[in-house]
Amino acid sequence: MSLHTISVLVEDKPGVLTRVAGMFAARGYNIDSLAVGPTADDGLSRMTIVVHVERASLEQVTKQLNKLVNVIKIIEHEPGEAVERELMLVKVRAEGDARARVLEICDVFRARVLDVTHRSVVVEGTGTPDKLEALLELLRDFGVLELSRTGRIALGRGEKGIKDRSGRQKLAVAGAERWEGGSV
Amino acid sequence: MTKVTGAQALFRALEGEGVDIAFGIPGGAILPAYDPLIESKVRHVLCRHEQGAGHAAEGYAWATGKVGVAIATSGPGGCNLVTALADAKMDSVPMVAITGQVPTPVVGNDAFQEADITGITLPVTKHNFLVKDANELAGTIREAFHIARTGRPGPVLVDIPKDVQLQEITWEWPEIVELPGYKPTTRGNVKQVRSAARAIMEAKRPVLYVGGGVIKANAAKELYKLAVDGRLPVVTTLMARGAFPDTHELALGMPGMHGCYTAVTAMQKADLLIALGARFDDRVTGQLSAFAPHAKVIHADIDPAEIGKNRVVDIPIVGDAKDVIAKLHAELKRRQEEAGGVPERGEWLRTLKTWKKEFPCRYDQPADGPLKPQFCVERLYEHAKDSIVVSGVGQHQMWASQYWRFTEPRTWINSGGLGTMGFAVPAALGAAAGKPDRRVVAIDGDGCFQMTAQELATSTTEKIPFVTAILNNAHLGMVRQWQELFYEERYSQVYLSHEVPDYVKLAEAYGCVGLRAEHPDEVDAVIEKALSVEDRSVVIDFRCDPREMVFPMVPAGASNDDIILGPEGLRPVNDPAEAPVA
Repeated sequence: MSLHTISVLVEDKPGVLTRVAGMFAARGYNIDSLAVGPTADDGLSRMTIVVHVERASLEQVTKQLNKLVNVIKIIEHEPGEAVERELMLVKVRAEGDARARVLEICDVFRARVLDVTHRSVVVEGTGTPDKLEALLELLRDFGVLELSRTGRIALGRGEKGIKDRSGRQKLAVAGAERWEGGSV
Repeated sequence: MTKVTGAQALFRALEGEGVDIAFGIPGGAILPAYDPLIESKVRHVLCRHEQGAGHAAEGYAWATGKVGVAIATSGPGGCNLVTALADAKMDSVPMVAITGQVPTPVVGNDAFQEADITGITLPVTKHNFLVKDANELAGTIREAFHIARTGRPGPVLVDIPKDVQLQEITWEWPEIVELPGYKPTTRGNVKQVRSAARAIMEAKRPVLYVGGGVIKANAAKELYKLAVDGRLPVVTTLMARGAFPDTHELALGMPGMHGCYTAVTAMQKADLLIALGARFDDRVTGQLSAFAPHAKVIHADIDPAEIGKNRVVDIPIVGDAKDVIAKLHAELKRRQEEAGGVPERGEWLRTLKTWKKEFPCRYDQPADGPLKPQFCVERLYEHAKDSIVVSGVGQHQMWASQYWRFTEPRTWINSGGLGTMGFAVPAALGAAAGKPDRRVVAIDGDGCFQMTAQELATSTTEKIPFVTAILNNAHLGMVRQWQELFYEERYSQVYLSHEVPDYVKLAEAYGCVGLRAEHPDEVDAVIEKALSVEDRSVVIDFRCDPREMVFPMVPAGASNDDIILGPEGLRPVNDPAEAPVA
């Protein structure tokens, strides 16, 4: 099992998130994170899904997603081929001397402090999942009071957008010279 | 500019889609739609249960190839459709269900007879819609029919709140259906077809593994040409019975858990499987890792997700079966002409012929009884060959598939993937409604029959006659068989009753003719009598031997090599399956 990041362009229609999430649940695929929001095009939303599956199952995931009528396009981001970011808000215990050390760590990670009280600070961290993990690991020493993360979002590198990419063909069955995609 | 209500727009749209018949039951939230129905050209068949309406829509779709339509009210009405929708999803049956919904202002308020039917049916439909504005109704109906009938067919549900049915709008018929996320690939890739033809030319032991997609695509003629011109033996799955004539020498019968020895073993020994509109279902493959171990696989299907789902595929082809088979036939013919004929496969075809002769499906009917269910099916076949056969699920379904000899597509209707008991009677109703000039014979079990027998009332009142032959063994026969074979004959909750109900009286109570046969020598006369009745439905109670089991059998999870031919559990003497394969 490994983590794979896929971007899914969907019609912005009621229930589309349920359809996508329901497909994952019904077929037993694990979602590591899911982020959804509007795109530059009216009527279209983009989901970034980090899925925890075997490589072979990934093909089934994308094919089954393709069958959903509201799904327009899917691409899988190969490692290094996309920029990936996540945003995290973390409330850390920071009393007395601890506060200075927390702020020092935030400085190193270029994390912003959004709220300060006598006993705690709220930190905003942005970056790759690896970076956020490292930040969180250091903050844990002080006591994490609350944590909220957005899940990963991603964009492919280079000038091409999701609509220009031939994401489906890449995932064609082994042996197929060309698969024209198409949902069924 | 005509002003219409949402309900009127619904029926205009249904008529525009060519709907001539719909099966349903009215109720509170669908009341407005039932008013313009009175003037509509759409014939409404008033069923007795929404599940019956759903299966009737399926039976209609199986028999005619057109989209079946079911109508129900909100809440319980829609919920009762769920089984039929799930059945249609598994068996790729084109169907549109229309449900009423509570008025939009109270949606989400736990109103009377409210259920989130789009949420409930999401995993069992190909797609579904909730229409919140009557201006979108006609377009949504168009989209629903387009999705239901194209690509891999399936059920689509359209949920319409009561106030939307009453909303007044200006009628407009959308000419174009635009679904940016739905573009089925129908044309097979030519390069892939060439690779497939090359593989067939090189194969020594090829088998055409034909699934329901061939029937859905109306590709039986193309298949016949491919098989005959290429001299390729054919297995037809439970979903594909009738796609290729059982009477043809190249027909090997049904594969799978209760398949014919020849069909099962041919696939095990094949060096090339040409899967056409089939999906490598577990009932066909048995233990997947031991299935057709020597075979290279060509897999053509309209649903890309089926390709490589269960079995690794060597040559995948995404496309409609009709297009792919026609292309494959042309390409194969060209190569055969170049090569100076069909490749030499005499030994393979002779071996298959020998197996067919030596290991047919068999049973023993003692002259003095007890009555064997297989005998009833064979006699029915002899008397009513030209019928459309419908079955439920269980032993009777397997016997019907094994002993009826199907020669044309859309003459075999059953619940394959979901295995829905109670399918036969309402599906026969739907088939008979769709094909009024064909005789429809439901071969049912007593357990199945009791789940949906109320649709006999529909048959009588709507004057849609068909014959139901109950292979009555007073048991849930298939479960009993498994308990006998795998649970040390510890029978648990499988005995129904020999006395209750009295099927003859029940039939008469519903306005049908009820007949009974208890001994083998009564069977022919009873069948003749049943077939002589044309103005009403007939129910035949065949009192069959409860101990009879379905064979051959591949136990669940076992390799298809371990096929059991009969109750004695013996492998054939000098089992050709033991012979080494080159």
